Amino acid sequence: MAYPYVSDHEVQIVSKHFGDPKQRRVDTYVERGGYQALKKAFDMGPEQVIDVVKSSGLRGRGGAGFPTGVKWSFMPKESGKPHYLLCNADESEPGTFKDRELIRWDPHQLIEGCLIGAYAIGAQHVYIYCRGEFFEVNQILARAVEDAYAKGYIGKDIMGSGNDLELTVHQGAGAYICGEETGLMNSLEGRRGQPRVKPPFPAAVGAFGMPSTINNVETLCAVTHIVDNGGEWYRQYGTEKSPGTKLFCVSGHVNKPGNYELPLGFPLTQLIEEVCGGMRDGNALKAVIPGGSSVPIINAEEVSRCNLDYEGCVEVGTMLGCASVIVMDETTDVVKAVRRMVDFYAHESCGQCTPCREGSAWTAKILRRIEDGRGTEEDLDTLMQMTQQMVGTTICVLSDSVAAPVQSSIEKFRDEYLALSRRGERVGAA
Amino acid sequence: MADMVTLTIDGHEVSVPKGTTILEAAKTVGTEVPHYCYHPGMSSPAMCRLCLVEVEGAPKPMPGCVTTVMEGQVVNTQSEQAKSNRQGVLEFYLVNHPLDCPICDMSGECNLQDYVHAEGREQGRGREPKRVFGRDDFGGDVLFYGDRCVMCTRCVRFMSEVEQDHRLTVVERGNRSVIDTFFEEGLDGTDWHGNIVDICPVGALVSKDFLHKARAWDLTHTPSICTSCSQGCNIDLHTRDNLVQRIKPRENLDVNGWWICDHGRHNYEWMNRGNRIEAPLARDGASSRALGWKDALRGLLDRADSLDAGSVKAVASPQSSNEDLAALKTLVDALGGGDIVYRSARAEDEIPLKGFPGLARRQDLAANTTGANLMGMARVGADDATGGLDGVADYDGIVIVLGDGLDDQPESFGQKAGLYVYLGTHESAATTAADYVLPVGTHAESEGTFTNRDGRVQRFQPALESPGMARPAWLILGALAGERSGGSVARSAGDAFAALAGSTPAFSGISYDDVGSRGAVINESVSLTGD
Repeated sequence: MAYPYVSDHEVQIVSKHFGDPKQRRVDTYVERGGYQALKKAFDMGPEQVIDVVKSSGLRGRGGAGFPTGVKWSFMPKESGKPHYLLCNADESEPGTFKDRELIRWDPHQLIEGCLIGAYAIGAQHVYIYCRGEFFEVNQILARAVEDAYAKGYIGKDIMGSGNDLELTVHQGAGAYICGEETGLMNSLEGRRGQPRVKPPFPAAVGAFGMPSTINNVETLCAVTHIVDNGGEWYRQYGTEKSPGTKLFCVSGHVNKPGNYELPLGFPLTQLIEEVCGGMRDGNALKAVIPGGSSVPIINAEEVSRCNLDYEGCVEVGTMLGCASVIVMDETTDVVKAVRRMVDFYAHESCGQCTPCREGSAWTAKILRRIEDGRGTEEDLDTLMQMTQQMVGTTICVLSDSVAAPVQSSIEKFRDEYLALSRRGERVGAA
Repeated sequence: MADMVTLTIDGHEVSVPKGTTILEAAKTVGTEVPHYCYHPGMSSPAMCRLCLVEVEGAPKPMPGCVTTVMEGQVVNTQSEQAKSNRQGVLEFYLVNHPLDCPICDMSGECNLQDYVHAEGREQGRGREPKRVFGRDDFGGDVLFYGDRCVMCTRCVRFMSEVEQDHRLTVVERGNRSVIDTFFEEGLDGTDWHGNIVDICPVGALVSKDFLHKARAWDLTHTPSICTSCSQGCNIDLHTRDNLVQRIKPRENLDVNGWWICDHGRHNYEWMNRGNRIEAPLARDGASSRALGWKDALRGLLDRADSLDAGSVKAVASPQSSNEDLAALKTLVDALGGGDIVYRSARAEDEIPLKGFPGLARRQDLAANTTGANLMGMARVGADDATGGLDGVADYDGIVIVLGDGLDDQPESFGQKAGLYVYLGTHESAATTAADYVLPVGTHAESEGTFTNRDGRVQRFQPALESPGMARPAWLILGALAGERSGGSVARSAGDAFAALAGSTPAFSGISYDDVGSRGAVINESVSLTGD
């Protein structure tokens, strides 16, 4: 397969057809057994589909890791209102590039997963909210939806089952915050993309004020295979509490960066050394952000103890997030890297909540000053205290995402911050 | 009761109706949880994050403005967590706030100032350059100082939810967020936008009319009633140096909520007008003498006694209080009876505030037409409050004019009258022939009540000193009537109201205390139009 890099450690379920453009065609997809899971789902009935997904232990792949089957079971049964399934394809966490590849190489896998999910929660309409910058991906997805409609896999009386499901692809307009589930709903409805206050939760009042469930692309792709093969089959991979496989987006200073589908619980060191071919130029490892830029950074010692599943990451004080592993070697300026991330969050804060709106921009300014050599040790205390005010005090978790890299990097790489501050003193004295 | 929820707030047990927010529940035990974005008259976006309180058992601090109470809940608004959160949020606000309190109109009544003084850090830690937005003219009466804004979006929500005319929005995001108008379209042409200045918790939105006119702490606030239409909005007159400096709405959910229209808000210059009649004047031909009250009233009554008894023709103003109108009626009766008419302007259309049903700028542009109707006075003249006095202008008996400025009437008005008494604030051509010109105070200078279009009797208090010897009309008219008929004389507005309640069925059973600061509705059996 021509896909950039593959590894023997991989268990390719959702990424099986990465690099194979034929898979995009509906005929090829069907030839290879596609849309059979949907048929199975229709035969099972919604309740049993939810049970199968529950039994698989599949956890949301968007970052929070909430059990998907449980989430689906929150949907009201007889609400008398339209229900919606939303697919969050607004992949914009720095370091993440799995959903893009999933849609790009295997769009029908996602469409099938969406239809199964919609059927399970009693939704009549699926919206795939796709990140606007993914031009190619949007084209591929639009083509696939068109083909699926033409072949009768979406629309009225799907495969003669009597079930009607509609699917709409909506292109985002480039805001990170629209990847937050309620921000996405606001954006989908044509409002400002700002997260909503919860409660009410989406299962009660979601898109267009109706009961809605929102799932990540990878989650829905996995659902396709779980319904096809059963919950127990899925549980053979991964750990007890984090079953299944997960796409790891490895970027940074490794020899073979890329998307690798590995069973959860895979050791981080092994991922770097074996799967990704080791560190660039044989440099020493300095730090890793294992779950996208919004999770705490870990140092080399913690990396050696870290297993890549939801619990394993928490054990070393970080989070699996969406499994976007950013690897940094000894040449990395941690302060600069953190400052760059905080700049991103300050730019992407929606501006509703005061701690996030003011705090993220303030943090960025202080970090910039430290980076320029005009910082003091006092600034570090200010940063630690002030970012603490941004944790758990806002509507969504964007401000927590600012605090995580700042606090963890100051704790673990305080020397680097101080070195920069001292440099400033020397320059000032000369 | 099934619909009540009992919880503990700061150690006080409190029962409130189900669905009440923690913030509102805390008010019942006298705790004001600091907040910016919450306003009882609008939706709660829960975005200022200042009202976060500690709820025992909750993993995170909860926003008091949207979290509804639950049975057995234990809420702490003064715990370390809640306090440190407020301190933190206040520090965030000050990161970009210009701290230009010395030149800010809001200073002294600013929530940011108050909260920071109460709970903010002693020393700010912000060393970075501040973000600068500068000043913007939003049109209408509103200036926007972007740097002072705390991004509570109350103004945006007022325009979209209450006035329901989407003129403002938030543009950009993050800390580049700023309130703005749509392109070049500002607030011009909207009729309620002055309220956004009131609800702005800081000095970001200020009134051009009030700009740099007075400091908040120099103003005296006096409860009053707006006289611009028959809605009877509750207002406060803010005065300094015996001048009304501005008008602010006073909360009354039964009448105007928290809002008043822009017309009423800016209709105060007339209360400050100079060139007032300052002493009772007695005229004889071309000569005019200023008298003391005793001499003037005695002379007036002697003159009346000397005339053949006949019907009186009186002109009242619908801007006069219930007490004034009742005293006029009593005097007319004491002088042998007669007709009282009033003239009142009417606008072509109502201007409703869409998001607050029951509130509008009414067609009827006077405060007390209902009161006049209830006392049997008839409306005459055109919709611009002119004409209709032909039978009075050349009447040869007793003519009494109360409050109506007669600006449209000729110099010959009342020339043929046996006795022409004019009670008012200003002289005009038509008062030239008056035998007695008696100075009265405006409603801003007196105490009394108006009856609004819904039959609600509402009190106003004196905010200004009357000029010279001007007195409330009910006192003057009451003294004349009492002297003439030998009855008791009202010594206070309360007495005058009691007399009114005794003589006019619509007002019977209402005491001055009942009216209080919120008003009291007249007997429902009485038709409000006085038919």
